[in-house]
Amino acid sequence: MLSLSHVLILSAILFAISVVGIFLNRKNLIILLMAIELMLLSVNMNFVAFSHFMGDRSGQLFVFFILTVAAAESAIGLAILVALFRNLRSIHVDDLDNLKG
Amino acid sequence: MDLTFILFLLFGTIMTIASVLVITTRNPVHAALFLVLAFFNASGVWMLLHAEFLAIALILVYVGAVMVLFLFVVMMLDINIERLRQGFWSYLPLGLVVAAVMVFEMAVVVGGKYFTIEAMPAPAAAAGVSNTKSLAWLLFTDYVYPFEIASFVLLVAMLAAVALTLRHRTGNKAIDPSEQIKVKREDRVRVVSMASERHD
Repeated sequence: MLSLSHVLILSAILFAISVVGIFLNRKNLIILLMAIELMLLSVNMNFVAFSHFMGDRSGQLFVFFILTVAAAESAIGLAILVALFRNLRSIHVDDLDNLKG
Repeated sequence: MDLTFILFLLFGTIMTIASVLVITTRNPVHAALFLVLAFFNASGVWMLLHAEFLAIALILVYVGAVMVLFLFVVMMLDINIERLRQGFWSYLPLGLVVAAVMVFEMAVVVGGKYFTIEAMPAPAAAAGVSNTKSLAWLLFTDYVYPFEIASFVLLVAMLAAVALTLRHRTGNKAIDPSEQIKVKREDRVRVVSMASERHD
């Protein structure tokens, strides 16, 4: 039987995978952004699971707003990436050292 | 071991494998496509949890817009993969340890007796009211202020994305009207006093 624990553990596994993704892809800006999307997906899964098992629709509404903000953040993050790439021709994190002393 | 649970295991397994492939594959386009697969499977899980509106919204909005945006950007960039993957596997042991600790801690908390099927039974499906209708009831009554603020957030995000990547066309002869009006006589006319000369 599908219980709350199952969905929460799936969400925890997704979150951990995204954290490992940030550990592994520390140099690659695009994959960092994708790992952040995975993190948001795991949190949304948590909200939907609790909303279902507690009978409260507010959880799903909050997912709605998280989706909105995540879309806005992806758009701006990718716009920054594109502007950065135009100037540096690279998306390697180590190349962002203009402010280094 | 009913159909819901079997489908949940299927979706969950594919989603986990797709997520691992997102973070480990060499090609960023493949990573974006595996992320799309993960989102599709998450949408399937949400449909099993009776959240149909959110499941479809995830596919329409997230996969259909945000992930397509990711794919546009990834395909536009000419990325040197070799340099980006240097030292990739050297952080794997530490990452795996941290991830294992996190999953173990979370599983200990959420696998306990407060979240089992006896403590939190699955509710019966509400008859007659669709998921979309009940969400709309809540959204436009209790949560109407966050709804309006969310629309502002989207507007600001759109303006910011345009402003960050705007490039003006070179050779464009458009003028700035306020600069034109600000001009004073001293900027344009200079009176020079010189002795009169005679040239025959």
